[in-house]
Amino acid sequence: MNSSLFLNIFRFVILLAIQIIVFNNINLFGFISPFPYVLFIILYPVNGNKSGLLIASFLLGLILDMFSNSGGIHTTACLTLAYFRPAVFKFAFGVSYEYQTIKLNDTLTPERFSFILVSVLIHHLTLFILEAFQFSLFWDILIRTLLSSVLTIAICIIIIYLIKPNKR
Amino acid sequence: MQQIFNFIFKNSNRLLFLLLLGISLTLTVQSHSFHRSKVISSANFLSGGVYQQLSEFDEYLNLKSQNEALAQENATLKSILFNKKDSTVARKLDSIKGVKSSDIIVSRVIHNSYNVYENYLTLNSGELQGVKPDMGVVNSLGIVGIVDNTSPHYATVVSILNKKSQINAKIKKSNHFGSLIWNGKNTGFVQLIDVPRLASVRKGDTIVTGGQSVIFPENINIGTIEKVYIDNQTNYYTLDVKLFNDMTNLGHVYILKGKDRKEIMNLEKRENDE
Repeated sequence: MNSSLFLNIFRFVILLAIQIIVFNNINLFGFISPFPYVLFIILYPVNGNKSGLLIASFLLGLILDMFSNSGGIHTTACLTLAYFRPAVFKFAFGVSYEYQTIKLNDTLTPERFSFILVSVLIHHLTLFILEAFQFSLFWDILIRTLLSSVLTIAICIIIIYLIKPNKR
Repeated sequence: MQQIFNFIFKNSNRLLFLLLLGISLTLTVQSHSFHRSKVISSANFLSGGVYQQLSEFDEYLNLKSQNEALAQENATLKSILFNKKDSTVARKLDSIKGVKSSDIIVSRVIHNSYNVYENYLTLNSGELQGVKPDMGVVNSLGIVGIVDNTSPHYATVVSILNKKSQINAKIKKSNHFGSLIWNGKNTGFVQLIDVPRLASVRKGDTIVTGGQSVIFPENINIGTIEKVYIDNQTNYYTLDVKLFNDMTNLGHVYILKGKDRKEIMNLEKRENDE
């Protein structure tokens, strides 16, 4: 219990720092930017405290918004993802996901990949809709969402493989 | 009573979500209106301090290009100095009309964003140095933006690459006014809208700030006309303006105090009250 709490706090700080220092400065072709900090919400324990996750993702988004001067868009996107996470679990791993021992932090399987894909898409769509804040930019929002999601997912998978606990 | 508690207890997650969502949506909507909330901005102790450290590291890596820019500026000033008859008396041609050196605060950009629709810069000087909201920010090449929020040591600036920014500008040659906006597409170009059809515009003409704004003095460089087209809805000209500034690479900037602003504002307020 305690070690998982510390692990999550550690992840929170590290992912936030990496996002602010490195990934906020990545800007491919002028409009594709990755947001791998969502990995915190994705990797949060499946049976962990749900209110805890909501509050943690609220703080995560709020701090990032403060650093990037973006009002509340990251906060809203993170909250939306945190709230719909159980539904995404159900979608990716089947109805009885709560009784399985799901470890996302492991080799990539189709279930894990679809979970990451849907989570990142939910987050990015909310983020870019709120950022543009007008419907005349619909296609622009869609293109940004898709391309940024691809980049974010790629970076997320690389990070998961890098920090995968080595058994041997 | 028991049932109310039961309801709250059963739906605690949903209620928490709705509460937090309400807060975050309020912050989002506030940030999209022109006068932003003072709560969430990078002009505070934590983010300002972090950006200060990061930019000091970054600045070291950019010393060479900064030196080149300074040398270029020096060369321009020297050429002005040498090309006059009596070079011992400094001429005032290069200075912005009506702005004394005591009205300028020198500052440095410690964080710069240019990849979203609403871009902000963070500067490393704040209220203690005399920076106040709605002051103009320029550098040696042209205008940069308008101060938005301030804290004791830091300030945020609405960049000209921000969909909310709207600055009065004119064509240098003919004095026709328009509003300078950004369409959110390209960091090298801004748009000058509502230019009357009477104006003779040609590719390559210079655009400068207009005298109607109380934030910027007249005749500060902005850019050159790149493309001219007619707005279908309003029948005014819309001009694509290529910026002199590279907004993705900003170092030192100057904040203009604009001492007449208060006087003009007071006068206009009195006009409106009557």
